[in-house]
Amino acid sequence: MTTVDRVVGAGIDRIDGPAKVRGTAPYAYEHDPGEPIAHVALVQSTVNRGRITQLDPTRAEAMAGVLAVLTPANAPRLSGDLASDLPVLQSLDVHYQGQVVAVVVAETSEVAKAAVGEVSVEYAAEPPDVRLAVDRPDLYAPEKIMAGYETDSVIGDVDGALAAAAVTVDATYETPTQHNNPIEMHTSMARWDGDQLTMWDANQGPHNIVNDLVAGFALDGGHQVRIISPYVGGAFGSKAFTHPNQMVAAMAARVVGRTVVLELTRQQMFSLVGHRTPTIQRVRLGADPEGRLSAISHEVVEHTSRVNEFAEQTATPTRVLYAAPNRRTTHRLARLDVPPPTIMRAPGETPGMFALESAMDELAHELGIDPVELRIRNEPTEDPERHIPWSSRSLVQCLRTGAERFGWAGRDLRPGVRTDGRWLVGTGVAAATYPARRRKADCRISVAGTPAGPARYVVEIDGSDIGTGAWTALTQIAADALGVGMGDVELRIGDSRLPFAGGAGGSTGLASWGSAIVLTARELRRRLEDEYGGQVPPDGVTVDGGVPGPSPHAQERSMHSFGAHFVEVRVDADTGEVRVPRATSVYAAGTIVNAKTARSQFLGGFCMGLSMALHEESVQDEVHGHYANHDLAEYHVATNADIGEIDIAWLDEDDPYVNELGLKGIGEIGITGAAAAVANGYWHATCKRIRDLPITPDKYFR
Amino acid sequence: MDTEITLRVDGAAHPLTVDTRTTLLDALRERLRNTSPKKGCDHGQCGACTVLLDGRRVNSCLVLAVTVGDAEVTTSDGLAAGGQPHPLHRSFVERDAFQCGYCTPGQVCSAAGVIEEARAGWPSAVTADLTAADAELTDAEIRERMSGNLCRCAAYANIVPAVADVAQASGVRR
Repeated sequence: MTTVDRVVGAGIDRIDGPAKVRGTAPYAYEHDPGEPIAHVALVQSTVNRGRITQLDPTRAEAMAGVLAVLTPANAPRLSGDLASDLPVLQSLDVHYQGQVVAVVVAETSEVAKAAVGEVSVEYAAEPPDVRLAVDRPDLYAPEKIMAGYETDSVIGDVDGALAAAAVTVDATYETPTQHNNPIEMHTSMARWDGDQLTMWDANQGPHNIVNDLVAGFALDGGHQVRIISPYVGGAFGSKAFTHPNQMVAAMAARVVGRTVVLELTRQQMFSLVGHRTPTIQRVRLGADPEGRLSAISHEVVEHTSRVNEFAEQTATPTRVLYAAPNRRTTHRLARLDVPPPTIMRAPGETPGMFALESAMDELAHELGIDPVELRIRNEPTEDPERHIPWSSRSLVQCLRTGAERFGWAGRDLRPGVRTDGRWLVGTGVAAATYPARRRKADCRISVAGTPAGPARYVVEIDGSDIGTGAWTALTQIAADALGVGMGDVELRIGDSRLPFAGGAGGSTGLASWGSAIVLTARELRRRLEDEYGGQVPPDGVTVDGGVPGPSPHAQERSMHSFGAHFVEVRVDADTGEVRVPRATSVYAAGTIVNAKTARSQFLGGFCMGLSMALHEESVQDEVHGHYANHDLAEYHVATNADIGEIDIAWLDEDDPYVNELGLKGIGEIGITGAAAAVANGYWHATCKRIRDLPITPDKYFR
Repeated sequence: MDTEITLRVDGAAHPLTVDTRTTLLDALRERLRNTSPKKGCDHGQCGACTVLLDGRRVNSCLVLAVTVGDAEVTTSDGLAAGGQPHPLHRSFVERDAFQCGYCTPGQVCSAAGVIEEARAGWPSAVTADLTAADAELTDAEIRERMSGNLCRCAAYANIVPAVADVAQASGVRR
């Protein structure tokens, strides 16, 4: 082996880039199954809650080109303990509007879509119950909230400390239902060869999908299912878990005996693949005149569905961000007639940080203290609830560096006093934080000599690239770990036949998959050295390795990334239009593997937070229970013209505890706190505190 | 109802039979298996299906295949003449102007259209001088003109310089 320069840390162009820009990288529908593909279309419930009383598929079945119509009466029986809304067509009960009640399979997509309109369905409907409120008598405390956190945390005497505090803030913040809306709709192309199922699928981790298909179709094991997903067109949480699309595609393929594809429509993305729960959050802060917090209380009310319990961990960032001797966080759920909620980029931290970081801004104003300084004064020396040291924490440095880059010094604390023509101008700040975790991952590396040149290393792991840059970053990690050039590494990801890995989620990808590659590479190099004198033997060598789960230090060190956002907000005094012409975000997230793709990750996270602040809201009709604005014309997301000059930076941070690479994961931290920074800047511009997102122009006039 | 048509795509003629309801996007993806243009909404709301029709950008999901006639359809893949990447292909990779890549072929086709529209003097909603023979492609102009192409990964701040680099190199006023 020759010595080569290390590539971890460099800004490397995406290795999948040339194929992606031309459009030749195959996403789920774009693989060649070797035979004509039949098309699947869905009949969905038009009522929110009730029961199917009559379902007549005969007109659809008689149409030329229709291959089959699946209904609860004739669909294959699914077995196993399937969760949520996965038991598709197994019952006449309807739990949410948009639920799949029949499935059409046809020779072409046009015929399939037309046949959907020919299936007649009648329902006995009941009025839906969809309104989230803090005074609902049926709110309940779930046993645990997501990611294994305790539902509540109570330390000290919060009410006593609030009563005694010199300065307090008591405010309620609301975030609306949001939909992930990756641009590639959920797509599943399925084929059975005997009892072997192959599925080309859009997901965040092929292994995540296998178990539900094994359970649903009563298969002997994962070896009977192969999920292939080398390229995925965005996900943001919505493709982490199995959804009805995978079950329907597998059923339809089994019934018609050939390859079928189900591409959800954009409208179906609003009912069948999850959403971010709306939240109502009461935050109370108590502080002394110097701004030192004596009490923090963060109480969350959010929803889940009739068919799953999804308990978002919304107040968990409040458990780590600031020091205070008396603290309380709680989560209560309302079980409503809504489609099953799911994870959406930084579930919990994203809505939770909007509330906490807005409240900190309100407290800074009450105290007359600069909001950057207020945060620095409340920097905890250890994890304030677990009472263990940080693995590393650089929030204060992020705040100071960001303030300097943005030009924060000398900022006038007074709100509503700066104008530029019709524009009211303000600036805002908020912190960002996200946990650093590592999960179990297996890896296999094989090396073989090539006749003409250097040895070729094949690195296999079922990681995913949903736009994160994993194809490139994992190749960099493998090259460094093996001590070879990137060109000598052939990476294989996105296939459930590859060694096990958890999906892309919770910002765990590189921490888990990268660590597995490093340890496996180390073992391979040791074997080459010890057994083959440092030479690659003619028959090659294969080594299996991996990481068993969380960092061995995870119980003794608190592991989080941190950051700080600074934004300029302009509000048109005549129209209420809101613009964010410039922003600075500074992060400390341990090792940065690829300077180019990492910047894009931070940028994308921040912009999704800006989109949340100003645009995103799924409006549920309280009478009929559907999402009224269920397409991209009416569910607004940030467009190119919404994004101004964005300065992204990160600090060097050496963390020997988190994982083999010292990296903390960067897919989600960018969105956390971003909406609060915008809302805080909006207040500084206008004197108006908007506590219910999004900050649409009409809210300026209320 | 089925109709026989010939689609000219990326320099090749393809005789095929389509349902009169078939969109150009579905004809490309489902019949010809040219999956360079992507489906992101099927309603002209996201721009992922953007192709060039005789050099002008269109949402191919809003064009019926039977109406295309002799017009030349160019996808992002077709912009790679002779297998050589188009300057926009290079600039999008160099500027990391995408993440998941799904909206990207549409962004690339849209960018190619934008550069030609500016050269031809077509104004946009943010153009100050409506009388100029050609339009100045400032960052604000690029942002405005590229706003029909949604990118949920939000690579917008990288798309702007990727388009600007190629516009500048091809002599469009900046």
